[in-house]
Amino acid sequence: MQAAGVVFLMSLLVFSGVFLIGDPVEMLIAEDAEESDREMVKRNLGLDQPYYVQYLRFVAAALRGNLGDSFVFEEPALLLILDRMPATFELAIFALLLAIVIGIPLGMWAGLKPESISARTIMTSSILGFSLPTFWVGIMMIMLFAVVLGWLPSTGRGPTQSFLGLQVSFLSMEGWSHLILPAVNLALFKLSLVIRLARAGTREVMHQDYIKFARAKGVSRSRIILVHVLKNILIPVVTVLGLEFGGLVAFSVVTETVFAWPGMGRLLIESISTLDRPVIVAYLMIIVLLFVLINLVVDVLYSVLDPRVRLTDVKG
Amino acid sequence: MNRFLTRAALGAIAAIFISSAAMADNATLGIRTEPSSIDPHFHNLGPNNGMLGQIFGRLVEWSPDMRTLIPRLATSWKAINDTTWEFKLRTGVKFHDGSDFTADDVVFSFNRADNYVGGNSGFRTYTKGKTVKKIDDHTIHISTKAPYPLMPNDMATVLILSSDAKGTGEKDKNFGVSARDFNNGSATIGTGPYKFVEWKKGDRIVLEKYAGYKGPLAQPWDKMTFKFIKSEPSRVSALLAGDVDLIDNVPAEDIATLKKNNKVTLSQGVSSRVMYLHMDQFRDQSPFVTDKNGKPLDKNPLRDPRVRKALSLMIDRASIVKNVMSGVAIPAGQFLPEGFFGRSQKLKPDPYDPAAAKKLLAEAGWGDGFGLTIHGPNDRYVNDAKICEAIGQMFSANGIPTKVVTMPGNVFFKRANGGPKSDPEFSLILVGWGSGTGEPSSPLKALLATYDNAKGLGAANRGRHSDPALDKLLVQALTMVDDTKRGALLAQATELAIGKNYGIIPLHYQVNTWASRKGLKYQARADERSIGINLIKDK
Repeated sequence: MQAAGVVFLMSLLVFSGVFLIGDPVEMLIAEDAEESDREMVKRNLGLDQPYYVQYLRFVAAALRGNLGDSFVFEEPALLLILDRMPATFELAIFALLLAIVIGIPLGMWAGLKPESISARTIMTSSILGFSLPTFWVGIMMIMLFAVVLGWLPSTGRGPTQSFLGLQVSFLSMEGWSHLILPAVNLALFKLSLVIRLARAGTREVMHQDYIKFARAKGVSRSRIILVHVLKNILIPVVTVLGLEFGGLVAFSVVTETVFAWPGMGRLLIESISTLDRPVIVAYLMIIVLLFVLINLVVDVLYSVLDPRVRLTDVKG
Repeated sequence: MNRFLTRAALGAIAAIFISSAAMADNATLGIRTEPSSIDPHFHNLGPNNGMLGQIFGRLVEWSPDMRTLIPRLATSWKAINDTTWEFKLRTGVKFHDGSDFTADDVVFSFNRADNYVGGNSGFRTYTKGKTVKKIDDHTIHISTKAPYPLMPNDMATVLILSSDAKGTGEKDKNFGVSARDFNNGSATIGTGPYKFVEWKKGDRIVLEKYAGYKGPLAQPWDKMTFKFIKSEPSRVSALLAGDVDLIDNVPAEDIATLKKNNKVTLSQGVSSRVMYLHMDQFRDQSPFVTDKNGKPLDKNPLRDPRVRKALSLMIDRASIVKNVMSGVAIPAGQFLPEGFFGRSQKLKPDPYDPAAAKKLLAEAGWGDGFGLTIHGPNDRYVNDAKICEAIGQMFSANGIPTKVVTMPGNVFFKRANGGPKSDPEFSLILVGWGSGTGEPSSPLKALLATYDNAKGLGAANRGRHSDPALDKLLVQALTMVDDTKRGALLAQATELAIGKNYGIIPLHYQVNTWASRKGLKYQARADERSIGINLIKDK
């Protein structure tokens, strides 16, 4: 119920927002087109109608699952976005995996031996991960790995194969070589975040009574770390990463632009510059749904990780 | 050698490097703007016209420098009387599916373009008021009500598709062939030198050589892959990394560095696009013209041609070209650069002459100066915002305190254009105009003819310049079939509208830069298109 309310409110906000900027016809039309052509394009796109009519038409169509046709491509906006979604998800998932697989061990290490030189190095590097702009890091990575060393391609997505009905590129070596740079670029920020969360969590957990008790009981050190500590620091990490994953998908715009990755982020940024309103609106609607969904998944994961959390409300 | 060893050491990863360099007859082009459709009549837009011209044919084609018309699907054309043109069609031409190209295909394509439903501004500007008649399989007549000299130029726009094209669209809409049928390749059957292979939206378009091609265009590659790389630094690094063989729209600030790189060849050519200032010439109280303290004026100095000329003399064009455009522009004194048809031999770019400007201002009664605001887009033309700033400073230094306001094109153009119900919003703007017909009648008609919605004149007359003498000359020129006389009339009209009345102030012509890997070069195109058939081996 609440989610439906959010979606409705969002549709109103987004639609009004894009309605206020500029005139899409000016962006589409050839510069030597005459006024009569202009009027015709306007009519075709339904832009000659007043605002509320346009909105009601949009809502009516949206309820039937049609989010409108792109002004630029004259194809359904939803299909355009879904077409690009696998590319973005692929990138985001690999970035997230990188962040977890590298970030948690590093963070735990830094939390277990906070005074060691290696821990200090890790923490200092994570500051860089936070503070360097994605755009700049992306360009530098291209310069180093593609231009100077020539190890990896600088741009685009590799060949794709069909996997569960989706077009993916991680099944071939060439696909991987295209995926690595943008995924690392996108992961850097999250990686730093995971390191910091894991470190803080580890330091806190290590001083808890149950760890001390486990140790006193003679439980092996590796079991303490891998079971007791890891499980307990995962809760904040999952919360934050869940929300951050939405961010990764929705706003990988910068990475996609730098690496010419054919994902949804680039579609969004190009749609904004050409004022392709249906695509902008459809995109943001999808993102809203995505966030609602992710929140749900995070809640479920909680209950798995921490049995004290129940999905049903506690009656007071 | 070192590089080879590194790769070998990397084992499996090395397999990736079977790229364009290894197979010399394939080309990969990194271009900025993706076409919006494969449907040839969908959108009259530079990137579409460039890409699709390789797949579909036109009756007439421009030479890359836009100075001459080349026979393409038509082998010859002439005006057989005042209102009818005869085009002889090339024989033996076959479509990609093996069917013969005949006059029926021309009639079909012309009608589809003329009656196109949907799309984003198609080619109606070029098809309107023209009737195409088949005489025999390889002859057509195109007639108009009034004499129409620009017929061959207009025929360099509409792309010809097969009248057998079948689609999945609604029967009575665009002959049942919809944009989607072209985008997925099922209806993409042309006569051009290259066949359509695939379009992965947001990523690439792949074309392959058509073995049965007959016509004047070259086929330098077996396969061409166009990758769309919007970000400027990424495009440059893709070239440096060897992932693409050519990039377009080389950023001006990178040109100097690339010039020194011995693995890269730069190709440059002047474009048919002129950058200019347009001034409010129709309001007595112009919204952004003030006195020197920012208070509104009840008189608009910009309506006086002497003031407009004075502004032109305050602009140091050479300095803008050198400092703002990094040398990749040519100072302009009219609509089109050297060598184009209908150009005035008398008009030269105005010199930088502040003393003469002061004198003119005083003569016009504005010796004390006034305040101005210059508006411009900041993402539409090369260095647009920086040009506005430079001009703002030059005006300010010469007694016209000027504010500079720039904004994204998607906001700017609506406000700058106005329309039938609203006036243009600004007082002085920076804009550009690329002449699609390769001669000055298109800018004269659109920018300086009196704004008349019904007649389709002055569609981009954002200053609402209006001069009956010019309108009369223009009508004469637009119906003069004799080339020599028409050229003279157009030159005369330009001299009147720019040289005498300063309806616009021309600044410079853009010079476009392409960069390719060593061993290749690009035949720079004045229409700014980036297409594979102009990427050739450098001897």
